[in-house]
Order: sequence, then C-alpha cells, then structure tokens
Amino acid sequence: MRTYMAKRTLSLLPTLLGVTILVFLMLQLVPGTVVDQLFGSDSGAVAPEARAAARALFGLDKPLPIQYVDWLRGAMHGDLGASWRSGIPVSRLIATRLGVTAELAALALAVALLIGIPLGLLSAVRENSPLDHVIRVASLFSLSLPIFWQAAMIILALSLWLHWVPPVDYVPVTRDPVGNIEQFAIPSLVLGTVVAAQVMRITRASLLDVLRHDYVRTARAKGLTNRAVIVRHAFRNALIPIITIVGAQVGYLLGGAVVTEQVFSLPGIGRLVLDAVYQRDYPVVQGAVLVIAVIFMGTNLVVDMLYSYLDPRIRYR
Amino acid sequence: MATVVAVPLRGTEQRSEWRRGLRTLTRNRLVMAGLIMSVLIVLVAFFARFIAPYDPIANNVHAALQRPSAYYYFGTDRFGRDIFSRVVYASRTSLLVALTSASLAALLGVTLGLLGGYFGGWVDSVTGRLMDILFSFPALLLAIAIAALLGPSVRNAVIAIAVVYAPLFGRVVRGSVLAERGKEYVEAARVLGASTPRIVRRHIFPNILSPLIVQATITFSAAILTEAYLSFLGLGTQPPNPSWGTMLADGRTFLETAPWMSIFPGIAIMLAVFSFNILGDGIRDVLDPRARAD
Repeated sequence: MRTYMAKRTLSLLPTLLGVTILVFLMLQLVPGTVVDQLFGSDSGAVAPEARAAARALFGLDKPLPIQYVDWLRGAMHGDLGASWRSGIPVSRLIATRLGVTAELAALALAVALLIGIPLGLLSAVRENSPLDHVIRVASLFSLSLPIFWQAAMIILALSLWLHWVPPVDYVPVTRDPVGNIEQFAIPSLVLGTVVAAQVMRITRASLLDVLRHDYVRTARAKGLTNRAVIVRHAFRNALIPIITIVGAQVGYLLGGAVVTEQVFSLPGIGRLVLDAVYQRDYPVVQGAVLVIAVIFMGTNLVVDMLYSYLDPRIRYR
Repeated sequence: MATVVAVPLRGTEQRSEWRRGLRTLTRNRLVMAGLIMSVLIVLVAFFARFIAPYDPIANNVHAALQRPSAYYYFGTDRFGRDIFSRVVYASRTSLLVALTSASLAALLGVTLGLLGGYFGGWVDSVTGRLMDILFSFPALLLAIAIAALLGPSVRNAVIAIAVVYAPLFGRVVRGSVLAERGKEYVEAARVLGASTPRIVRRHIFPNILSPLIVQATITFSAAILTEAYLSFLGLGTQPPNPSWGTMLADGRTFLETAPWMSIFPGIAIMLAVFSFNILGDGIRDVLDPRARAD
C-alpha cells in the first residue's frame, strides 16, 4: 500500500509542474504587458524611463524561462506575488478566504451525498418503476439548472413568502455559529443539489451493475431478505465508483463555488478570483487559480488512495 | 464452447444495424421528447427574425419594466426591451457559441487522442500529460480564467470553452483508439500495405464514431451552460447583444421588482440544456448498450 501511495504521489509531480507552467503562462494571455495594463498602452503618457523601471521591477526585462523559474521559486515558498491593487501578498489574501470556500464546499458535498445516495438506491431498487423515472428526470433537470438561476429563484421565493433576504455581511462561525449556518444553508443547498444529481446517477448505475453479479444471486438464493442483500452485500461494492465520482465532483464544487459565492456575497476564494478578474488584478487571479488547482489535485490523490484501500485490486493493476 | 468469429459488417447488415439503433431511439419516449425539444430550439434560433415581435436591442424607455402581457409576452427590461424577443434571439448566440466551441473542442481533442492513442510512446506521454494538466483545473474556473485573461468577448468565450472540454474528447478517443489498434483487422490492413493515415481514416475513425457522437452531444449541452455562466459573469456575450446569461445578470438587480427579467431566460437555459442532455443520454443508450444502466 505504501509503495502504491508513494508511486501515485510521485507520478503527480510532472503534472503539477505542468500546472504551474500553464498558470504562469496565463498572464501571457493578457493583451499587452503588465506595464501597459498599469500605465495604459498610450506610450506618450508615461516617461519611457518610468516604464523601463516598472519592467525591471516586475522582472519583465528577463527572458520568459527565467521569469518562470523566479516565479516558481517564490510560489514554492508561499510567495505568489502581491495584489496590484492593494499591495497585499496574494498568499495572505487567499489564506483569509480559504475557510469560507472550504465550509461551503463541505456543506454542499454533505447535501449532495445525503440527497444523492438515498435517491440513487431507491431508483435502482425500483428500476423502471414510475418512481425511478421521476427521480431520473428530476436529476437531469437538476443538472440543467444554472446555479445562479436556481439561487435567484430560491432568493425570490424566500423573499416573497418568508421575507428573508440573504445577509450581505459575512458571519464567521467563531462569532455566531447559528447565524453562520443560516448564511450557508441556502448556498450549500443550491450548490449541493447539482452534485446530488450526479451522485444519484452514479449510485443508481453502480448498484444496478453490482446487483447483476453472481454473489448477489447467491445471497438471494441463501434466502436473505432483499434488504439484507442490498445493504450488506451490494451497497458496499457499489460505493467504490461513488467515491470516484465524488472526487471528480470536488472540481465541480470548487468551480461552482465561484458563482455561488458571487451570488450570495460570500467572501470565499471564488469571490476573490472574480473581484480580481473585474479589477484586472492578475497576480491574484493567477495565485488563486494555482491554489485551487493544487487543492483539486490533492483531493483526487486522497480519493485515489481511499479507492485503492477499499478495493485492493486497483493497486496491482 | 463455440468460437466467436468477428465478421465485418457489409452493406445491408450494416444498414440494418443502424435501423435497429434508430428503432431503439424512436421507441424511447424521453429521447423523443429530447429530440423534439432540441429540434424546436434549433428552429426558434433559425427563424428568430420571424418569431420575435420586436427588435431585441431597441430601447423603448416608455415601456420599461412592463409586466408580461398580451403585448409583451415575457414583459420588458429596464430599457423597455421585449424579453420574449431577446430570449428568442439569444437562442442564436447560445447555440452558435455551443456549436463552435464544441466543434473546436472535438477537433483539438480528437487530434490529441488520435495522435496519442495511435502512436503511443513519447507522443502519448506528451499528449496524455497535456490532458492531465487541463484536467487538474475545475472546468468552470479554467474557463473563467482563460476568458478573463484573453478579455471578455464571444470569441474568447468560445476559445475558453473549447480548451476546457477538449481533453474530454481526447480521453474518449485515445481509449477507443488503443482498443481498436490492437485488433486483427487493423493488423490485416497494415499487412496489406495501408499507410498510417489511411488506417486511421478508413478503419479506426469509423469505429470510434459512436463514443465521439455521445461525447459531442454531452459537450454541446455543457457548452450552452458554460456560455451562460461566462456571459452571466460578464465574460462572454457583451451588451446590448442578447444572451441568456447576460439577461440573467441584468435581472439580478430587479429580482423583486421585475422577476420576469430573470425567470424566462433561466427557463430557456434549462430547457435547452435539458433537451440536449436527454438526447445525449438516449444516443448513448443506443450506441453503447453497456452504458445503458447509467
């Protein structure tokens, strides 16, 4: 197991290096240089000396590969540069926002599993019944809903019927745990339902697949009740693909968090990215994207480990 | 035990295989509903000029924020523009962006997948690593980052969506090519002296068409949704041009006073994505019976 873990982690390194190269090159996509972005591209407005000084300050006078190595060296020490707008180090900006996104993603994942797994089981056990059809169509509907629209409709309904409006100011869990949960309830429900649809579909497919195996037939032939067959034999094996899809969905949760935080005014890392996008504060965009990608890769690694722990056959492939 | 011999399908047998698939497709009511709705949406986009009663970008301040009525089916926005006409015209933007970005994604992904799957070795390592790198980012975040850094416009949104979805095609194609490459008929073609491009074009490509069609349909609906997200965030279609995403962004500030500004574009996105989703699901059922349980 330990060898497998070490091998799997090492194999991630080239990809991680590639990710840093891509994130570094992202700034090259911006039309014009950093200096143009700061001073405007009108060459007459700013003295050439000032431009040259700014270029040297940002290290733009060095060749691109050197710039990358400098940037990477900084990033490995937690230095992701500073915000162009506020001058605050990007890593500090990210650190203050990470907790909000983590809470939102964790709650949304809990919602997804609590809704998705039972519905998937029900759908599989009652295959081709009207209930199965209703659940499947509902899951497809849920997958077709844009998060921001679902959020808007829920806010509209709550404000019309319950006169509830989402709080504008963020309530930290340390200050007011009840207020915090109240604030996160609707956003995590919105973000969680889309993932719940995916979880439901994979649970259904996976359980149906398992139910066709011989050992399930044997269990039935032994005279076990349907409930015992499903709970004790089939569900455990069906869980394995569910864990993989949950790993992949973390990416969706992190991407969806960007939009959810924007709609519900939650000061998470997604909101940080969007605010930086609107202010053209590119080092912040770059740093936040890198951190999110690394978190995503890390979760997938953990899921992989969990997967191989649950199903030892994986390790020998 | 009897040995199963794979006999290549010839003319009539191949056609009857297609006919059988088509029959399965038409029998599935959900798929037919998806097909009919998808066709309707395409028709609306095509005949927008004849369906929309008003100019979608003409301001009429005297008619600002009107409720839905016999004159304005879906009401009007803050500039007095007819929401119904805008929803109808916006279907063009959405479908066009989805079509171009999905095609571009397919082109990029298929090329990468074919190269990696067929040549193997270092080519496969490079293309595979490239896809791994792109898979390391949450899709929506990567699309937002690319679109934002390139600058907000429809063209850049198309590029962003294509880059994000290309590796999905790459993975599907690579897997299928690897499976086909080792088969006897490919070996036979090579022995007969067929060149690599000919083998790929004439023998391998037709055999990987089914997973490709399935992936294309799924990507198409995902691209509609992603375009809506980008436009909602101000990174796709730019005002005053109508797009479902920008319309929803416009409606945000009027959620309580003019909810129709948000309700109808949202329903349009949902119907479009839903239709193509169930169509994709159905096509997969027909083309890949093993995945039917999914």
